[in-house]
Amino acid sequence: MINVEGLTKRYGRTVAVDSISFTVEKGQIVGFLGPNGAGKTTTMRVLTCFLPPTAGTATLAGYDVIKQPLEVKRRIGYLPETPPLYPEMEVGEYLAFAGRIKGVAKSDLARRVDEVMDLCAIGDVRKKLISKLSKGYRQRVGLAQAIIHNPDVLILDEPTAGLDPKQIIETRELIKSLAKAGAHTIILSTHILPEVEQTCEKVIIINKGKLVATDSVDNLTHRLRGCESVAVDVAARDGKLDAAAAQRKLEQVPGVGRVVMKENRGDRCLFEVESLERRQIRPELARAVVEAGWNLNELRPMAMSLEEIFLQVTSTEEEHEAVAAGESK
Amino acid sequence: MKNIWVIYRKELKSYFSSWIAWILMAFFALVFGWFFYSATAYFVSRSMQAMMMGGSMPMNMNEWIIRPVLMNVSVIGLFVIPMITMRLFAEEKRSGTIELLMTSPVRDYEMIAAKWLAALTLWAGILAVSALNLAYLFIYGTPDWKPILVGYLGLLLQGGCLLALGTFISTLTRNQIIAVGVTFAVCLMLWILDWVTGFETATWARIVSYFSVVAHFEAFSKGVIDTKDIIFYVSAIFFGLFLTARSMEALRWRA
Repeated sequence: MINVEGLTKRYGRTVAVDSISFTVEKGQIVGFLGPNGAGKTTTMRVLTCFLPPTAGTATLAGYDVIKQPLEVKRRIGYLPETPPLYPEMEVGEYLAFAGRIKGVAKSDLARRVDEVMDLCAIGDVRKKLISKLSKGYRQRVGLAQAIIHNPDVLILDEPTAGLDPKQIIETRELIKSLAKAGAHTIILSTHILPEVEQTCEKVIIINKGKLVATDSVDNLTHRLRGCESVAVDVAARDGKLDAAAAQRKLEQVPGVGRVVMKENRGDRCLFEVESLERRQIRPELARAVVEAGWNLNELRPMAMSLEEIFLQVTSTEEEHEAVAAGESK
Repeated sequence: MKNIWVIYRKELKSYFSSWIAWILMAFFALVFGWFFYSATAYFVSRSMQAMMMGGSMPMNMNEWIIRPVLMNVSVIGLFVIPMITMRLFAEEKRSGTIELLMTSPVRDYEMIAAKWLAALTLWAGILAVSALNLAYLFIYGTPDWKPILVGYLGLLLQGGCLLALGTFISTLTRNQIIAVGVTFAVCLMLWILDWVTGFETATWARIVSYFSVVAHFEAFSKGVIDTKDIIFYVSAIFFGLFLTARSMEALRWRA
Protein backbone atom coordinates (compact mmCIF):
# COMPACT_ATOMS: atom_id res chain seq x y z
CA MET A 1 0.00 0.00 0.00
CA ILE A 2 2.79 2.34 0.96
CA ASN A 3 6.18 2.01 -0.61
CA VAL A 4 9.03 4.28 0.43
CA GLU A 5 12.44 4.00 -1.13
CA GLY A 6 15.56 5.94 -0.32
CA LEU A 7 13.52 8.85 0.96
CA THR A 8 15.72 11.82 1.88
CA LYS A 9 14.73 15.28 2.99
CA ARG A 10 17.22 18.05 3.58
CA TYR A 11 16.54 21.52 4.90
CA GLY A 12 19.50 23.52 3.76
CA ARG A 13 22.39 21.67 5.30
CA THR A 14 20.50 19.71 7.92
CA VAL A 15 19.37 16.26 6.91
CA ALA A 16 15.98 15.63 8.48
CA VAL A 17 15.40 12.26 6.88
CA ASP A 18 18.27 10.23 5.52
CA SER A 19 17.54 7.60 2.89
CA ILE A 20 14.67 5.76 4.56
CA SER A 21 13.03 2.76 2.92
CA PHE A 22 10.06 0.75 4.13
CA THR A 23 6.84 -0.80 2.96
CA VAL A 24 3.44 -1.04 4.58
CA GLU A 25 0.87 -3.65 3.61
CA LYS A 26 -2.81 -2.94 3.16
CA GLY A 27 -4.76 -2.96 6.40
CA GLN A 28 -1.70 -2.81 8.65
CA ILE A 29 -1.33 -0.47 11.59
CA VAL A 30 2.24 0.73 11.66
CA GLY A 31 3.86 2.60 14.50
CA PHE A 32 6.44 5.17 13.66
CA LEU A 33 8.64 5.33 16.70
CA GLY A 34 11.40 7.75 17.50
CA PRO A 35 12.42 10.55 19.84
CA ASN A 36 11.44 14.14 19.11
CA GLY A 37 13.28 15.47 16.11
CA ALA A 38 13.95 12.03 14.65
CA GLY A 39 12.26 12.89 11.37
CA LYS A 40 8.86 11.33 11.95
CA THR A 41 6.84 14.40 11.07
CA THR A 42 8.99 15.15 8.04
CA THR A 43 8.48 11.64 6.68
CA MET A 44 4.74 11.90 7.22
CA ARG A 45 4.64 15.26 5.53
CA VAL A 46 6.34 13.79 2.50
CA LEU A 47 3.84 10.92 2.42
CA THR A 48 0.95 13.40 2.54
CA CYS A 49 2.41 15.48 -0.30
CA PHE A 50 2.83 18.45 2.03
CA LEU A 51 6.58 18.45 1.42
CA PRO A 52 8.43 17.20 -1.63
CA PRO A 53 11.32 14.85 -0.88
CA THR A 54 14.86 15.92 -1.72
CA ALA A 55 15.61 12.45 -3.06
CA GLY A 56 13.98 9.06 -3.22
CA THR A 57 10.45 8.04 -4.02
CA ALA A 58 7.28 7.34 -2.12
CA THR A 59 4.15 5.77 -3.55
CA LEU A 60 0.77 5.31 -1.94
CA ALA A 61 -1.66 2.85 -3.51
CA GLY A 62 0.57 2.93 -6.57
CA TYR A 63 0.52 6.71 -6.96
CA ASP A 64 3.71 8.71 -6.71
CA VAL A 65 3.70 11.62 -4.24
CA ILE A 66 5.58 13.89 -6.64
CA LYS A 67 4.00 12.96 -9.95
CA GLN A 68 0.40 12.34 -8.90
CA PRO A 69 -0.15 14.35 -5.73
CA LEU A 70 -3.87 14.85 -6.31
CA GLU A 71 -4.47 11.10 -6.60
CA VAL A 72 -2.43 10.50 -3.45
CA LYS A 73 -4.23 13.24 -1.54
CA ARG A 74 -7.61 11.76 -2.46
CA ARG A 75 -6.58 8.54 -0.76
CA ILE A 76 -5.02 9.80 2.45
CA GLY A 77 -6.38 11.25 5.62
CA TYR A 78 -3.89 13.21 7.66
CA LEU A 79 -3.98 14.35 11.24
CA PRO A 80 -1.01 16.66 11.88
CA GLU A 81 0.44 17.06 15.36
CA THR A 82 -1.77 20.08 16.00
CA PRO A 83 -5.20 19.33 14.56
CA PRO A 84 -5.81 21.74 11.66
CA LEU A 85 -8.98 23.33 13.00
CA TYR A 86 -10.70 26.62 12.27
CA PRO A 87 -11.62 28.00 15.69
CA GLU A 88 -14.42 30.19 14.35
CA MET A 89 -16.31 27.24 12.86
CA GLU A 90 -18.83 24.91 14.44
CA VAL A 91 -17.81 21.25 14.55
CA GLY A 92 -20.45 20.07 12.08
CA GLU A 93 -19.72 22.93 9.74
CA TYR A 94 -15.99 22.24 9.87
CA LEU A 95 -16.43 18.55 9.05
CA ALA A 96 -18.72 19.43 6.15
CA PHE A 97 -16.02 21.82 4.86
CA ALA A 98 -13.32 19.18 5.22
CA GLY A 99 -15.54 16.65 3.43
CA ARG A 100 -16.19 19.02 0.55
CA ILE A 101 -12.57 19.90 -0.13
CA LYS A 102 -11.63 16.23 0.13
CA GLY A 103 -14.11 15.45 -2.60
CA VAL A 104 -16.96 13.74 -0.73
CA ALA A 105 -19.98 13.79 -3.05
CA LYS A 106 -22.69 16.25 -2.10
CA SER A 107 -25.29 13.49 -1.72
CA ASP A 108 -23.07 11.58 0.73
CA LEU A 109 -21.83 14.53 2.73
CA ALA A 110 -24.48 14.75 5.44
CA ARG A 111 -24.38 10.99 5.97
CA ARG A 112 -20.55 10.93 6.16
CA VAL A 113 -20.51 13.78 8.66
CA ASP A 114 -22.97 11.88 10.86
CA GLU A 115 -20.95 8.68 10.54
CA VAL A 116 -17.59 10.14 11.52
CA MET A 117 -19.22 12.06 14.36
CA ASP A 118 -20.58 8.78 15.68
CA LEU A 119 -17.26 7.01 15.23
CA CYS A 120 -15.30 9.71 17.02
CA ALA A 121 -18.00 10.32 19.63
CA ILE A 122 -18.32 14.03 18.98
CA GLY A 123 -22.02 14.15 18.17
CA ASP A 124 -22.72 16.06 21.37
CA VAL A 125 -20.57 19.04 20.30
CA ARG A 126 -21.87 19.29 16.76
CA LYS A 127 -23.16 22.84 17.23
CA LYS A 128 -20.28 24.03 19.37
CA LEU A 129 -17.60 26.43 18.20
CA ILE A 130 -14.25 24.69 17.82
CA SER A 131 -12.56 27.43 19.85
CA LYS A 132 -14.66 26.34 22.84
CA LEU A 133 -13.67 22.67 22.69
CA SER A 134 -11.35 20.88 25.11
CA LYS A 135 -8.12 19.40 23.89
CA GLY A 136 -9.51 15.87 23.79
CA TYR A 137 -12.46 16.92 21.68
CA ARG A 138 -10.20 18.87 19.33
CA GLN A 139 -8.09 15.81 18.78
CA ARG A 140 -11.16 13.75 17.98
CA VAL A 141 -12.52 16.39 15.61
CA GLY A 142 -9.11 16.32 13.93
CA LEU A 143 -9.37 12.57 13.60
CA ALA A 144 -12.91 12.85 12.24
CA GLN A 145 -11.61 15.29 9.63
CA ALA A 146 -8.95 12.79 8.59
CA ILE A 147 -11.43 9.97 7.97
CA ILE A 148 -14.31 11.97 6.51
CA HIS A 149 -13.60 10.86 2.93
CA ASN A 150 -12.98 7.25 3.96
CA PRO A 151 -9.34 7.24 2.85
CA ASP A 152 -7.32 4.13 2.15
CA VAL A 153 -4.41 5.38 4.19
CA LEU A 154 -4.59 7.22 7.46
CA ILE A 155 -1.55 9.13 8.68
CA LEU A 156 -1.65 10.28 12.29
CA ASP A 157 1.10 12.40 13.77
CA GLU A 158 1.25 11.84 17.52
CA PRO A 159 -2.49 11.27 17.86
CA THR A 160 -2.38 10.93 21.63
CA ALA A 161 0.05 13.73 22.49
CA GLY A 162 -1.27 16.03 25.19
CA LEU A 163 -4.35 13.97 26.04
CA ASP A 164 -5.23 12.76 29.50
CA PRO A 165 -4.94 9.01 30.24
CA LYS A 166 -8.62 8.29 29.70
CA GLN A 167 -8.62 10.12 26.38
CA ILE A 168 -5.45 8.31 25.35
CA ILE A 169 -7.10 4.94 25.87
CA GLU A 170 -10.21 6.05 24.00
CA THR A 171 -8.16 7.36 21.10
CA ARG A 172 -6.20 4.13 20.85
CA GLU A 173 -9.41 2.12 20.85
CA LEU A 174 -10.78 4.37 18.17
CA ILE A 175 -7.71 3.91 15.99
CA LYS A 176 -7.88 0.16 16.39
CA SER A 177 -11.57 0.11 15.55
CA LEU A 178 -10.89 2.15 12.43
CA ALA A 179 -8.38 -0.38 11.20
CA LYS A 180 -10.88 -3.17 11.81
CA ALA A 181 -13.93 -1.42 10.41
CA GLY A 182 -12.76 0.30 7.28
CA ALA A 183 -9.71 -1.67 6.26
CA HIS A 184 -7.72 1.55 6.55
CA THR A 185 -3.99 1.28 6.44
CA ILE A 186 -2.73 3.36 9.33
CA ILE A 187 0.61 4.95 10.11
CA LEU A 188 0.85 6.63 13.47
CA SER A 189 3.86 8.29 14.98
CA THR A 190 4.64 8.37 18.64
CA HIS A 191 7.47 8.50 21.09
CA ILE A 192 5.65 6.32 23.59
CA LEU A 193 6.57 2.65 23.39
CA PRO A 194 3.50 1.09 25.06
CA GLU A 195 1.36 2.89 22.55
CA VAL A 196 3.03 1.01 19.75
CA GLU A 197 2.77 -2.24 21.67
CA GLN A 198 -0.93 -1.77 22.25
CA THR A 199 -2.08 -0.50 18.90
CA CYS A 200 0.34 -1.47 16.16
CA GLU A 201 1.26 -4.62 14.30
CA LYS A 202 4.47 -3.34 12.84
CA VAL A 203 6.93 -0.80 14.06
CA ILE A 204 9.40 1.43 12.27
CA ILE A 205 12.03 2.97 14.50
CA ILE A 206 13.92 5.99 13.32
CA ASN A 207 16.52 8.07 15.03
CA LYS A 208 18.27 11.21 13.78
CA GLY A 209 16.70 10.75 10.38
CA LYS A 210 17.96 7.22 9.94
CA LEU A 211 16.01 4.00 9.95
CA VAL A 212 17.08 1.99 12.97
CA ALA A 213 14.77 -1.00 12.71
CA THR A 214 11.59 -2.21 11.10
CA ASP A 215 9.97 -5.21 12.64
CA SER A 216 6.71 -6.64 13.79
CA VAL A 217 5.74 -5.52 17.27
CA ASP A 218 5.82 -9.11 18.56
CA ASN A 219 9.40 -9.59 17.44
CA LEU A 220 10.47 -6.26 18.81
CA THR A 221 8.95 -6.74 22.23
CA HIS A 222 10.35 -10.24 22.35
CA ARG A 223 13.77 -8.93 21.53
CA LEU A 224 13.49 -6.22 24.12
CA ARG A 225 12.06 -8.55 26.72
CA GLY A 226 15.09 -10.73 26.08
CA CYS A 227 16.63 -8.64 28.79
CA GLU A 228 14.20 -7.96 31.56
CA SER A 229 14.32 -5.27 34.17
CA VAL A 230 12.50 -5.83 37.46
CA ALA A 231 11.94 -3.58 40.46
CA VAL A 232 12.09 -5.55 43.72
CA ASP A 233 11.03 -4.13 47.07
CA VAL A 234 12.30 -6.27 49.95
CA ALA A 235 11.41 -5.72 53.61
CA ALA A 236 12.51 -7.42 56.81
CA ARG A 237 9.80 -9.34 58.76
CA ASP A 238 10.89 -7.44 61.87
CA GLY A 239 13.67 -5.03 62.69
CA LYS A 240 16.45 -4.00 60.39
CA LEU A 241 17.12 -5.35 56.92
CA ASP A 242 20.69 -6.23 56.01
CA ALA A 243 20.81 -4.49 52.63
CA ALA A 244 24.14 -5.96 51.60
CA ALA A 245 22.95 -9.48 52.39
CA ALA A 246 19.77 -8.92 50.40
CA GLN A 247 21.73 -7.67 47.45
CA ARG A 248 24.05 -10.69 47.58
CA LYS A 249 21.04 -12.99 47.77
CA LEU A 250 19.44 -11.43 44.69
CA GLU A 251 22.68 -11.57 42.76
CA GLN A 252 22.87 -15.30 43.39
CA VAL A 253 19.50 -15.96 41.76
CA PRO A 254 20.13 -17.83 38.49
CA GLY A 255 19.70 -15.61 35.43
CA VAL A 256 20.31 -12.34 37.23
CA GLY A 257 22.83 -10.08 35.54
CA ARG A 258 23.02 -6.98 37.65
CA VAL A 259 21.49 -5.70 40.88
CA VAL A 260 21.39 -2.02 41.71
CA MET A 261 20.21 -0.71 45.07
CA LYS A 262 17.92 2.26 44.51
CA GLU A 263 16.76 3.06 47.99
CA ASN A 264 17.55 1.92 51.54
CA ARG A 265 15.07 2.85 54.27
CA GLY A 266 16.52 0.72 57.02
CA ASP A 267 13.74 -1.84 57.30
CA ARG A 268 13.18 -2.11 53.56
CA CYS A 269 15.16 -1.83 50.36
CA LEU A 270 14.33 -1.16 46.72
CA PHE A 271 16.46 -2.93 44.12
CA GLU A 272 16.54 -2.84 40.37
CA VAL A 273 17.37 -6.23 38.95
CA GLU A 274 18.36 -6.87 35.36
CA SER A 275 18.21 -10.33 33.87
CA LEU A 276 20.68 -11.91 31.51
CA GLU A 277 19.47 -12.29 27.98
CA ARG A 278 16.32 -14.32 27.39
CA ARG A 279 15.78 -15.31 31.02
CA GLN A 280 12.59 -15.07 33.01
CA ILE A 281 13.72 -14.23 36.52
CA ARG A 282 10.63 -13.05 38.34
CA PRO A 283 9.54 -16.42 39.80
CA GLU A 284 13.04 -17.19 41.05
CA LEU A 285 13.43 -13.73 42.54
CA ALA A 286 10.20 -14.09 44.46
CA ARG A 287 11.13 -17.51 45.77
CA ALA A 288 14.60 -16.38 46.80
CA VAL A 289 13.32 -13.43 48.78
CA VAL A 290 10.65 -15.41 50.61
CA GLU A 291 13.00 -18.35 51.32
CA ALA A 292 15.48 -15.93 52.88
CA GLY A 293 12.79 -14.94 55.39
CA TRP A 294 12.08 -11.50 54.06
CA ASN A 295 8.83 -9.93 52.91
CA LEU A 296 8.39 -9.24 49.23
CA ASN A 297 6.51 -5.92 49.09
CA GLU A 298 6.69 -5.45 45.39
CA LEU A 299 7.89 -7.24 42.28
CA ARG A 300 7.27 -5.23 39.16
CA PRO A 301 8.58 -5.56 35.59
CA MET A 302 9.87 -2.16 34.58
CA ALA A 303 8.80 -0.64 31.28
CA MET A 304 11.75 0.30 29.20
CA SER A 305 12.15 3.90 28.31
CA LEU A 306 12.69 4.80 24.73
CA GLU A 307 16.27 5.78 25.43
CA GLU A 308 16.99 2.30 26.71
CA ILE A 309 15.42 0.79 23.65
CA PHE A 310 17.54 2.94 21.43
CA LEU A 311 20.59 2.00 23.37
CA GLN A 312 19.70 -1.64 22.96
CA VAL A 313 18.68 -1.46 19.35
CA THR A 314 21.65 0.59 18.31
CA SER A 315 24.18 -1.36 20.35
CA THR A 316 23.63 -4.40 18.16
CA GLU A 317 23.52 -2.36 15.04
CA GLU A 318 24.82 -4.90 12.54
CA GLU A 319 22.03 -7.29 13.32
CA HIS A 320 19.34 -4.67 12.93
CA GLU A 321 20.76 -3.18 9.83
CA ALA A 322 20.53 -6.62 8.37
CA VAL A 323 16.88 -6.74 9.41
CA ALA A 324 16.21 -3.32 7.95
CA ALA A 325 17.91 -4.22 4.72
CA GLY A 326 15.86 -7.39 4.50
CA GLU A 327 12.67 -5.39 4.97
CA SER A 328 13.42 -2.96 2.21
CA LYS A 329 14.04 -5.62 -0.41
CA MET B 1 -14.19 24.98 -9.80
CA LYS B 2 -16.14 23.34 -6.98
CA ASN B 3 -13.12 23.65 -4.70
CA ILE B 4 -12.87 27.37 -5.41
CA TRP B 5 -16.50 27.81 -4.41
CA VAL B 6 -16.07 25.76 -1.20
CA ILE B 7 -12.98 27.63 -0.03
CA TYR B 8 -14.41 30.96 -1.16
CA ARG B 9 -17.46 30.46 1.04
CA LYS B 10 -15.32 29.45 3.99
CA GLU B 11 -13.10 32.53 3.62
CA LEU B 12 -16.01 34.89 3.31
CA LYS B 13 -17.71 33.40 6.32
CA SER B 14 -14.61 33.67 8.44
CA TYR B 15 -14.28 37.36 7.50
CA PHE B 16 -17.67 37.97 9.00
CA SER B 17 -17.43 35.65 11.98
CA SER B 18 -14.04 37.06 12.99
CA TRP B 19 -15.48 40.59 12.97
CA ILE B 20 -12.84 41.90 10.54
CA ALA B 21 -15.48 42.53 7.89
CA TRP B 22 -17.78 44.40 10.29
CA ILE B 23 -14.99 46.53 11.71
CA LEU B 24 -13.67 47.47 8.27
CA MET B 25 -17.16 48.32 7.07
CA ALA B 26 -17.78 50.47 10.12
CA PHE B 27 -14.44 52.23 9.70
CA PHE B 28 -15.10 52.81 6.04
CA ALA B 29 -18.64 54.07 6.64
CA LEU B 30 -17.28 56.57 9.13
CA VAL B 31 -14.45 57.88 6.97
CA PHE B 32 -16.44 57.87 3.79
CA GLY B 33 -19.32 59.56 5.58
CA TRP B 34 -17.03 62.35 6.67
CA PHE B 35 -15.55 62.88 3.20
CA PHE B 36 -18.99 62.77 1.69
CA TYR B 37 -20.35 65.25 4.21
CA SER B 38 -17.53 67.75 3.68
CA ALA B 39 -17.70 67.48 -0.11
CA THR B 40 -21.46 67.95 -0.07
CA ALA B 41 -21.35 70.83 2.38
CA TYR B 42 -18.70 72.55 0.26
CA PHE B 43 -20.76 71.93 -2.85
CA VAL B 44 -23.87 73.41 -1.21
CA SER B 45 -22.08 76.57 -0.02
CA ARG B 46 -20.44 77.06 -3.42
CA SER B 47 -23.72 76.70 -5.29
CA MET B 48 -25.40 79.18 -2.90
CA GLN B 49 -22.64 81.62 -3.74
CA ALA B 50 -22.97 80.96 -7.44
CA MET B 51 -26.70 81.56 -7.25
CA MET B 52 -26.25 84.86 -5.42
CA MET B 53 -23.74 85.92 -8.01
CA GLY B 54 -26.48 85.33 -10.52
CA GLY B 55 -25.01 82.25 -12.21
CA SER B 56 -27.74 80.48 -14.12
CA MET B 57 -26.06 77.07 -14.67
CA PRO B 58 -26.49 74.61 -11.77
CA MET B 59 -23.17 73.14 -10.64
CA ASN B 60 -22.35 69.57 -11.62
CA MET B 61 -22.68 67.06 -8.77
CA ASN B 62 -20.49 64.48 -10.47
CA GLU B 63 -17.70 66.99 -10.83
CA TRP B 64 -17.98 68.53 -7.39
CA ILE B 65 -18.96 65.70 -5.08
CA ILE B 66 -18.58 62.27 -6.62
CA ARG B 67 -15.23 62.63 -8.29
CA PRO B 68 -13.31 64.01 -5.28
CA VAL B 69 -15.00 61.54 -2.94
CA LEU B 70 -14.12 58.56 -5.15
CA MET B 71 -10.53 59.80 -5.35
CA ASN B 72 -10.52 59.79 -1.56
CA VAL B 73 -11.91 56.23 -1.48
CA SER B 74 -9.09 55.16 -3.74
CA VAL B 75 -6.66 56.34 -1.06
CA ILE B 76 -8.67 54.89 1.85
CA GLY B 77 -8.35 51.61 0.01
CA LEU B 78 -4.60 51.70 0.64
CA PHE B 79 -5.36 51.48 4.36
CA VAL B 80 -8.22 49.01 4.24
CA ILE B 81 -6.79 46.47 1.80
CA PRO B 82 -3.82 45.35 3.92
CA MET B 83 -6.29 44.55 6.68
CA ILE B 84 -8.35 42.44 4.31
CA THR B 85 -5.45 40.36 3.02
CA MET B 86 -3.29 40.03 6.12
CA ARG B 87 -4.94 36.88 7.40
CA LEU B 88 -5.47 35.04 4.12
CA PHE B 89 -2.42 32.80 4.34
CA ALA B 90 -0.60 34.08 7.43
CA GLU B 91 -3.38 32.86 9.70
CA GLU B 92 -3.54 29.42 8.05
CA LYS B 93 0.21 29.08 8.44
CA ARG B 94 0.13 30.12 12.07
CA SER B 95 -2.70 27.83 13.10
CA GLY B 96 -1.53 24.90 10.98
CA THR B 97 -4.72 24.70 8.95
CA ILE B 98 -2.58 25.21 5.86
CA GLU B 99 -1.72 21.52 6.31
CA LEU B 100 -5.38 20.62 5.87
CA LEU B 101 -5.63 22.62 2.66
CA MET B 102 -2.31 21.50 1.23
CA THR B 103 -2.94 17.82 1.92
CA SER B 104 -6.43 17.92 0.44
CA PRO B 105 -6.96 17.25 -3.25
CA VAL B 106 -7.07 20.96 -4.05
CA ARG B 107 -4.81 22.64 -6.58
CA ASP B 108 -2.78 25.64 -5.47
CA TYR B 109 -4.42 27.97 -7.96
CA GLU B 110 -7.87 26.98 -6.71
CA MET B 111 -6.86 27.93 -3.19
CA ILE B 112 -5.37 31.25 -4.33
CA ALA B 113 -8.28 32.16 -6.58
CA ALA B 114 -10.78 31.36 -3.83
CA LYS B 115 -8.99 33.49 -1.28
CA TRP B 116 -8.48 36.40 -3.64
CA LEU B 117 -12.12 36.31 -4.78
CA ALA B 118 -13.29 36.28 -1.16
CA ALA B 119 -11.10 39.29 -0.41
CA LEU B 120 -12.43 41.07 -3.51
CA THR B 121 -15.99 40.32 -2.45
CA LEU B 122 -15.36 41.85 0.94
CA TRP B 123 -13.83 44.93 -0.72
CA ALA B 124 -16.93 45.18 -2.93
CA GLY B 125 -19.10 44.85 0.17
CA ILE B 126 -17.19 47.64 1.86
CA LEU B 127 -17.61 49.86 -1.22
CA ALA B 128 -21.31 49.05 -1.24
CA VAL B 129 -21.61 50.80 2.13
CA SER B 130 -20.84 54.07 0.35
CA ALA B 131 -23.80 53.57 -1.98
CA LEU B 132 -26.04 54.53 0.95
CA ASN B 133 -24.51 58.01 0.98
CA LEU B 134 -24.67 58.38 -2.77
CA ALA B 135 -28.35 57.45 -2.66
CA TYR B 136 -28.95 60.84 -1.04
CA LEU B 137 -27.60 62.59 -4.11
CA PHE B 138 -30.15 60.79 -6.22
CA ILE B 139 -32.94 61.76 -3.83
CA TYR B 140 -32.09 65.47 -3.78
CA GLY B 141 -30.45 65.91 -7.15
CA THR B 142 -29.86 64.39 -10.54
CA PRO B 143 -26.28 63.19 -10.83
CA ASP B 144 -25.28 61.17 -13.88
CA TRP B 145 -25.13 57.50 -12.82
CA LYS B 146 -22.83 56.22 -15.58
CA PRO B 147 -19.62 57.92 -14.42
CA ILE B 148 -20.42 56.66 -10.91
CA LEU B 149 -20.49 53.07 -12.11
CA VAL B 150 -17.23 53.58 -14.00
CA GLY B 151 -15.70 55.03 -10.82
CA TYR B 152 -16.73 51.97 -8.83
CA LEU B 153 -15.39 49.68 -11.53
CA GLY B 154 -12.07 51.50 -11.19
CA LEU B 155 -12.13 51.09 -7.41
CA LEU B 156 -12.78 47.35 -7.79
CA LEU B 157 -9.91 46.97 -10.24
CA GLN B 158 -7.51 49.02 -8.15
CA GLY B 159 -8.58 47.07 -5.08
CA GLY B 160 -8.21 43.78 -6.93
CA CYS B 161 -4.64 44.55 -7.86
CA LEU B 162 -3.64 45.60 -4.34
CA LEU B 163 -5.48 42.58 -2.93
CA ALA B 164 -3.46 40.31 -5.20
CA LEU B 165 -0.23 41.84 -3.91
CA GLY B 166 -1.51 41.58 -0.33
CA THR B 167 -2.38 37.92 -0.85
CA PHE B 168 1.16 37.32 -2.02
CA ILE B 169 2.66 39.11 0.98
CA SER B 170 0.43 37.09 3.30
CA THR B 171 2.04 33.86 2.05
CA LEU B 172 5.46 35.09 3.11
CA THR B 173 4.86 35.15 6.84
CA ARG B 174 2.91 33.49 9.59
CA ASN B 175 2.61 36.79 11.43
CA GLN B 176 -0.41 38.89 10.50
CA ILE B 177 1.15 42.07 11.88
CA ILE B 178 4.09 41.70 9.52
CA ALA B 179 1.73 40.93 6.65
CA VAL B 180 -0.36 44.02 7.29
CA GLY B 181 2.71 46.26 7.77
CA VAL B 182 4.52 45.16 4.63
CA THR B 183 1.37 45.28 2.53
CA PHE B 184 0.63 48.76 3.76
CA ALA B 185 4.15 49.92 2.93
CA VAL B 186 3.87 48.47 -0.56
CA CYS B 187 0.45 50.07 -1.12
CA LEU B 188 1.79 53.41 0.06
CA MET B 189 4.80 53.16 -2.26
CA LEU B 190 2.56 52.33 -5.21
CA TRP B 191 0.53 55.44 -4.44
CA ILE B 192 3.31 57.99 -4.06
CA LEU B 193 5.36 56.75 -7.02
CA ASP B 194 3.20 59.10 -9.04
CA TRP B 195 4.47 62.18 -7.20
CA VAL B 196 7.74 62.01 -9.04
CA THR B 197 6.06 63.54 -12.09
CA GLY B 198 5.55 66.72 -10.07
CA PHE B 199 9.22 67.66 -10.30
CA GLU B 200 10.67 65.43 -13.00
CA THR B 201 9.61 64.84 -16.59
CA ALA B 202 12.36 62.49 -17.79
CA THR B 203 11.48 59.07 -19.17
CA TRP B 204 12.45 57.26 -15.98
CA ALA B 205 10.03 59.39 -14.02
CA ARG B 206 7.23 58.56 -16.42
CA ILE B 207 8.04 54.87 -16.14
CA VAL B 208 8.11 55.03 -12.37
CA SER B 209 4.85 56.91 -12.20
CA TYR B 210 3.27 54.35 -14.51
CA PHE B 211 3.39 51.90 -11.62
CA SER B 212 1.38 54.16 -9.36
CA VAL B 213 -1.93 52.37 -8.83
CA VAL B 214 -3.75 55.52 -7.81
CA ALA B 215 -2.68 57.43 -10.94
CA HIS B 216 -4.43 54.82 -13.07
CA PHE B 217 -7.61 55.43 -11.14
CA GLU B 218 -7.81 59.09 -12.09
CA ALA B 219 -9.46 58.47 -15.45
CA PHE B 220 -12.00 56.14 -13.83
CA SER B 221 -12.92 58.83 -11.31
CA LYS B 222 -13.85 61.11 -14.21
CA GLY B 223 -16.03 58.40 -15.65
CA VAL B 224 -13.59 57.51 -18.43
CA ILE B 225 -12.69 53.90 -19.16
CA ASP B 226 -9.23 53.81 -20.67
CA THR B 227 -8.03 50.44 -22.00
CA LYS B 228 -4.52 51.35 -20.88
CA ASP B 229 -5.63 51.51 -17.25
CA ILE B 230 -7.65 48.31 -17.48
CA ILE B 231 -4.67 46.50 -18.94
CA PHE B 232 -2.51 47.85 -16.14
CA TYR B 233 -4.86 46.67 -13.41
CA VAL B 234 -5.63 43.29 -14.91
CA SER B 235 -1.99 42.48 -15.53
CA ALA B 236 -1.11 43.65 -12.00
CA ILE B 237 -3.78 41.28 -10.64
CA PHE B 238 -2.35 38.37 -12.59
CA PHE B 239 1.18 39.31 -11.57
CA GLY B 240 0.22 39.37 -7.88
CA LEU B 241 -1.57 36.02 -8.10
CA PHE B 242 1.31 34.56 -10.06
CA LEU B 243 3.73 35.60 -7.31
CA THR B 244 1.37 34.00 -4.78
CA ALA B 245 1.43 30.72 -6.69
CA ARG B 246 5.24 30.75 -6.87
CA SER B 247 5.43 31.56 -3.20
CA MET B 248 3.18 28.63 -2.31
CA GLU B 249 5.40 26.33 -4.28
CA ALA B 250 8.40 27.69 -2.42
CA LEU B 251 6.48 27.16 0.81
CA ARG B 252 6.44 23.44 0.11
CA TRP B 253 10.15 23.35 -0.45
CA ARG B 254 11.05 25.52 2.52
CA ALA B 255 8.47 24.54 5.12
